[in-house]
Amino acid sequence: MDSSNPVDIIHLENVNKFFGTFQALKNINLTVRKGERVVVCGPSGSCKSTLIRCINRLEEHNSGTITVNGHELTDDVKNIDAVRREVGMVFQDFNLFPHMTVVKNLMLAPKLVRKASRSEAYETAMRYLERVKIPEQADKYPSQLSGGQQQRVAIARALCMNPMVMLFDEPTSALDPEMIAEVLDVMTDLAREGMTMICVTHEMGFARSVADNVVFMDEGEIVEMNPPREFFDNPKSERTRLFLSQVLSY
Amino acid sequence: MSFDMALILDSIPKMLMGIGLTLQLLFLSAALGLALAIILLLMRISGRWYLAAPTMAYIYIFRGTPILVQIFIIYYGLPQLEFVRDSIFWPILREPFGCAILALTLNTAAYVSEILRGGVLGVDRGLKEAGAALGLRAPHRFIYITTPIAIRLALPAYSNDVISLMKSTALASTITLLDMTGIARTIVAETYAPYEIFISLMAIYLILTWMIQRSFGWVEKRMSRHVREEV
Ligand SMILES: Nc1ncnc2c1ncn2[C@@H]1O[C@H](COP(=O)(O)OP(=O)(O)O)[C@@H](O)[C@H]1O
Ligand SMILES: [Mg+2]
Repeated sequence: MDSSNPVDIIHLENVNKFFGTFQALKNINLTVRKGERVVVCGPSGSCKSTLIRCINRLEEHNSGTITVNGHELTDDVKNIDAVRREVGMVFQDFNLFPHMTVVKNLMLAPKLVRKASRSEAYETAMRYLERVKIPEQADKYPSQLSGGQQQRVAIARALCMNPMVMLFDEPTSALDPEMIAEVLDVMTDLAREGMTMICVTHEMGFARSVADNVVFMDEGEIVEMNPPREFFDNPKSERTRLFLSQVLSY
Repeated sequence: MSFDMALILDSIPKMLMGIGLTLQLLFLSAALGLALAIILLLMRISGRWYLAAPTMAYIYIFRGTPILVQIFIIYYGLPQLEFVRDSIFWPILREPFGCAILALTLNTAAYVSEILRGGVLGVDRGLKEAGAALGLRAPHRFIYITTPIAIRLALPAYSNDVISLMKSTALASTITLLDMTGIARTIVAETYAPYEIFISLMAIYLILTWMIQRSFGWVEKRMSRHVREEV
């Protein structure tokens, strides 16, 4: 079917992406195996978001191939649906549905996409709210929660669809410092349980303790990808070294 | 200038006999106009030029010309056309009431569809993306995410449009209908007391406006429970 290995869940080959004439992604090759945790870092504007948004087709790539669990992303809506069923996503600014209570946020997709009954969807929702440790907030509206709580709800909402892969796009960047840990804790638990994940983040402590591989992007290219120890202690490229000296200087 | 209180007390009940007609004009054309506005909105945002272009022309024409002229064209103009007289709509268009409803409906629909479009465009792109990432297809995203949020965003402007429409119903009196304004004009013609009658008429319209505002305020409050902070 394609050149990917059966344990490869995500496979990007020579992916290019343009916004008009601006080339965002430049010849990206990336493979993520089942259970692998990848952290993506890089300066602002280096197209980290664009990269992970291509993986669930929030952005369309212009050339190359992207395969998720054997489904190649094309214009075919069936394939896009199949990929989105496997991939959960957590955004920087939470994107909870403001007009629904927390539990309704979690029940919507399972009911509509997985055709779960009300009671099934409710049970799943409550189970995941317990996992992110806020079952008591189930009947509140998102605006009544703190940022950290909202982001945990967003993680639970994605998990309710039982995805094989989770994408995180700077999940702690919009949070007050005292709330970052509660979100990283949930993500670390997920990683421990074997979830395949790609996290765009500047939390280098998280990268060091959780990641199997750290990717450094700059100007739409993957400059370097290595296990955390190698990546942090012995960066190969000058650009990586410069970036690390900036993010680790405080 | 002295106010004739007795005349006011005498004429208010007479004008109120027209409130039924005023409210019929308001509710019927508001309901039909909203339905038409939704159709126009869907055509406008369909992404298909052959649906969007006629909609834009329609909206431009009905928002860009006086509603009084639109009423006159429908009431005096349409009956001149042979095919209108032969059509199944003739029993409606023959009556001034039908013409008034048609004109008010067509006019309000143009405004309301733009108001609704503003609401739809105001929905945060990130929310639709979150829906897409969860696997919701476009129709589901439109129904469960875009629509409820767009309604909340559009409600204040929509309530203003309903008030405009209520005021526009007075124009029906120009094509012989005896709504509240029609009755007031008749009384003025008989009594030569324009101040008393028209000021009483204004008071009645103001009360209607107040009731419409209160109703929408109540709906808005109910629908925005989600943004109210916990106390
Ligand atoms: N929809 C878009 N249209 C045009 N340019 C875009 C769009 N999305 C992102 N870009 C551009 O692509 C570049 C990378 O953006 P992004 O992937 O968000 O970077 P990062 O997440 O690394 O900060 C930026 O220069 C941004 O302006
Ligand atoms: Mg980004």
